[in-house]
Amino acid sequence: MIHFLFGELGYNALPFYSAIATVAASVVVLGAVVVVGSITWLRGWRALWSEWLTSVDHKRIGIMYVVVSFVMLARAVIEACVMRSQQAVAYDSPGFIPPEHFAQLFTTHGTIMIFFMAMPFLIGIYNFAMPLQLGARDVSFPVMNSISLGLTSAGAVLMMISLCLGKFSTGGWTGYPPYTELSFSPGVGVDYWIWALTLSSLGNTMTGINFAVTIYKKRAPGMTLFRMPLFCWTALCISILMIFAMPPLTVATLMLAMDRYLDMHFFTNALGGNMMNYVNMFWLFGHPEVYILILPAFGVYSETIATFSNKRLYGYTSLVWATVSIAVLSFTVWLHHFFTMGQDGSVNAVFGIATMLIAIPTGVKVYDWLLTMFRGRIRLSVPMLYASAFMILFVVGGATGVMLANPGFDYQVHNTLFLVAHFHNMLIPGLLFGMLSAYHYWFPKAFGFRLNEVWGRIIFACWTGGFLLAFMPLYIVGALGMPRRSQEFFEAVYQPYMYVALAGAALVFCALASMAIQLWTSIRNRDSLRVFAGDPWNGRTLEWSIAAPPPEYNFARIPKVDSVDAFYQAKQQRTAWRAPDEYFDIPLPANSPVGFLCCVSGGAFGFALTWHIWWAVVVSALVFFGSIVLRSFNRDTMRIVPSGEVQETEENWLLALSETPPVANEAMFTTANRGLVREPV
Amino acid sequence: MSADPRRERRQELHGYIAGLCLALILSAIPFAAVMTGALPRAGIVWTIAIAALCQVMVHFRLFLHIDLSRSHRDDLQLILFSLLIVVLMVGGTLWVLGNQRAMMG
Ligand code: HEM
Ligand SMILES: [Cu+2]
Repeated sequence: MIHFLFGELGYNALPFYSAIATVAASVVVLGAVVVVGSITWLRGWRALWSEWLTSVDHKRIGIMYVVVSFVMLARAVIEACVMRSQQAVAYDSPGFIPPEHFAQLFTTHGTIMIFFMAMPFLIGIYNFAMPLQLGARDVSFPVMNSISLGLTSAGAVLMMISLCLGKFSTGGWTGYPPYTELSFSPGVGVDYWIWALTLSSLGNTMTGINFAVTIYKKRAPGMTLFRMPLFCWTALCISILMIFAMPPLTVATLMLAMDRYLDMHFFTNALGGNMMNYVNMFWLFGHPEVYILILPAFGVYSETIATFSNKRLYGYTSLVWATVSIAVLSFTVWLHHFFTMGQDGSVNAVFGIATMLIAIPTGVKVYDWLLTMFRGRIRLSVPMLYASAFMILFVVGGATGVMLANPGFDYQVHNTLFLVAHFHNMLIPGLLFGMLSAYHYWFPKAFGFRLNEVWGRIIFACWTGGFLLAFMPLYIVGALGMPRRSQEFFEAVYQPYMYVALAGAALVFCALASMAIQLWTSIRNRDSLRVFAGDPWNGRTLEWSIAAPPPEYNFARIPKVDSVDAFYQAKQQRTAWRAPDEYFDIPLPANSPVGFLCCVSGGAFGFALTWHIWWAVVVSALVFFGSIVLRSFNRDTMRIVPSGEVQETEENWLLALSETPPVANEAMFTTANRGLVREPV
Repeated sequence: MSADPRRERRQELHGYIAGLCLALILSAIPFAAVMTGALPRAGIVWTIAIAALCQVMVHFRLFLHIDLSRSHRDDLQLILFSLLIVVLMVGGTLWVLGNQRAMMG
C-alpha cells in the first residue's frame, strides 16, 4: 500500500546524506516558506492569482518568465561558486565535495543555465518587447503562451524539488547514454533530468510556434518584414530554430525514458542499441540551441547600440541576412560537438569547414555594430557598456571557436577546460550580457521606473571582471590538459589558475548580490526614477511610443509604419504622440487558469513519473489534458476594454506627457529624466 | 475577388476534382510498376520516387493552395525552408551514422 501511494519515494530520499545537501535543501524550503509567508502577509494571493498566474497578457507572461530565470540564475551561480571552490582546493586532495556530488553540481549548473536560466530569460524578454515593437496587442495565441510558461516553470520546479528529494543526475547537461541508462544510473536523478527537460522543451516548441505566427500575422499595417526592428528579426529566426530544433531533443529524451522505463534498447550497449543515435539527435538540437541563445543578444545589441548611438542601425539589410544565414548554417554544423566519436576525417572536415563559415556572418554583424557607433552620439548607458564588452569578448570567444572547429585541434583540447572556457566565453557575453542589457533597457518600460544607474555599473563591472578572471585562466589550464568535470587533480601547475578562477567566481557572486541590491534600491526609490512619459532613452521603435508601464491593450490605436525606425521618424517630423481622433472598444483575451493548471499537473506528472507513483501519473495526465479539452469548450474567451476607459487612460497619459519637461541628452541618467529626452542637435 | 461566387465555387470544385484524379493516378503508377514488374528494379525505385515527388506537389498546389502568387509567398517560403532543414537533418544523420557504421566494420 505504501509502495502504491508513494512509489519509490521514501525516507532515504530526504537530503540528510551530506551536510551540503541538507543546507541546500533547507535554503530551497526556507525560500519557499518565505515567499509563501510574505504573500500571505501582504494579502497578495488574490492579486497574484487574478493579475499574474491566470494572466495571458504577453507583458506579464514575459515578466514571469524573467522572474523564473532570475531565481534559477541565483541557484546556478551559487553552484558555480561551489564548484570553483572545490577545484581551488582539489590539488592532490579530495576537497570538500565527493565526486558524485560534484557531478550533480555540474549537471544541475549546466542544465539550469541553459534550460531554466537562458531560455526563460530570452523568451521572457521577447514576450515582453516583441509584440510592442510589432505594434500588436498580444501574441497570436495568448493562452498557449501561458501554457508554455506553465510547462517551463513546471520543469524549473522539478529542478528545485530534486534538491530536496532524491539525488539529481550525474550525467552532465548532455546526459549521454549509455551512462544515463538504467544499468549505470539506477537512481531517480536521470529521470528528474529527463522530465524537467521534456517539459521545458515542449513549452519552448510551443513558444517558437507562437512567436513565428505572431511575427507573420500581427505586424502593424505597413510594417513589412524588412521594416521590422532587428530584435524582431532575431525573434523570427530563433522561433524557427526552436520549431525545428526542439523536437529532436524531446524525441531523444523520450527515447531515453523508454529505455529506462519500458526496457527498450535504443541507446544501450547490448541488443542492438546505439548511443551515437542519441548523441547525434542531442546535437541536432544542441547546436541550433546555441544560436537560439545567442541571436537574441544580437537582437538586443542591435537595438541598444542604435538607440544609444543616436543613429540609424548601420547596414540593416546586411544584419538581417547575416542573422538569417547564421540561423540556416546552424543546422549544418552539429557534428563539431562529436568530432572525436568515430566518423572518418572527411566527414569531420566538411563539418569543420561549415563551422568556420559561421564566423563570416558573425563578423559582418560586429562591423555593422561598430559602424553604427562610428560618429554616433554615444551615451554610455549600462546596455551600451554591455554591448562594448560583448564586442571585444565575443570576438575572443569566436576566435577560440574557429580554433575548435579544426578537428585536429579539437582532438587535443576536447573534454578539457579549454572547451569550458570557450562556451562560457560565448554564453556569458553573448547571452547573459545581452539579456542583462535588455533587462536594464526595457525595465523602465515594463515597470515605469528606471533601474539604479550606479548599481547598474557596479553589476556590469563585477560581471565582466568576474567573467575574465574566472574563464581566461581556463583557456590556459585547458590547453595544458586539465580535463573538464574534474573533482580532483594531480598537476601542481593547474593550481594557481584555479585560485584566479575562484576569485572570478567570487566577483560573479558579487554581481549577483548587486543585482538584488539594485532591484531593492530601485524599488524603494521608484518615485524619483519614474518615467511615466514612456521614452526615457530617446527610443526609435514603437514600444517607446506608449506609456511606461504600457496599458494592458498596448496601443489605443494600432500604429501605421512606413520605415524602419518609425517612431523615431515620427518624433523628427513632430507627428509622434498624436491623440487618436476617436477611441474604440478594444477586445483583449480574457484571463484563463489553464496555464496554471498545466503547470501544476505537468509538474506533478514529471514528479510522479520520476518516483514511479503510477496513480499520480494517471491523475495528473487526466488533469492536464482535461483542462485543455475543457478550455476548448469555453467560447467566452474575450474581454472588452470599453472605449471610455481607453480614452481616460490615454488622455491621462497624454496630459502627463505634455507636462513632462524633456531632459537633455547628457542628463539622461539623472533623476531629471521623467521619460522624455530632447533630441540633441 | 470574382464578381460571380457561383463561378468561383465551380472553379474551386474543379481544382479539387483535378487534384483527386491526379493523386489517384500518381498512386496507381507506383503500384502498377511494382505489381506488373514491367520495369527493372532501379526503374521501379525511380518511378516511385518521382511519383511521390509529383504527389507532394499536387497536394500543395491543389489542396493546400500554395502557389507562386504574392499572397502565398510566405507559405511557400516556409515550406521550402522546412524542406531544406529536414533534408539537412535527415540527410546529415544518415550520412554521419552510416559513416560511423562503416568505420566500425
Ligand atoms: C556565472 C558565472 C559562471 C561560472 C563561474 C561557471 C562555472 C562553471 C563551472 C566551474 C563548470 C564546470 C566546469 C567543469 O566541467 O569542470 C561549468 C559548467 C557549465 N556551465 Fe557554467 N559557469 C557560469 C555561467 C554559466 C552560464 C551563464 C552558462 C549558460 C548560459 C553556463 C553553462 C554551463 C554549462 C552548459 C556547463 C557544462 C556542464 C556540464 O559539464 O555538463 N555557465 N560552469
Ligand atoms: Cu555547436
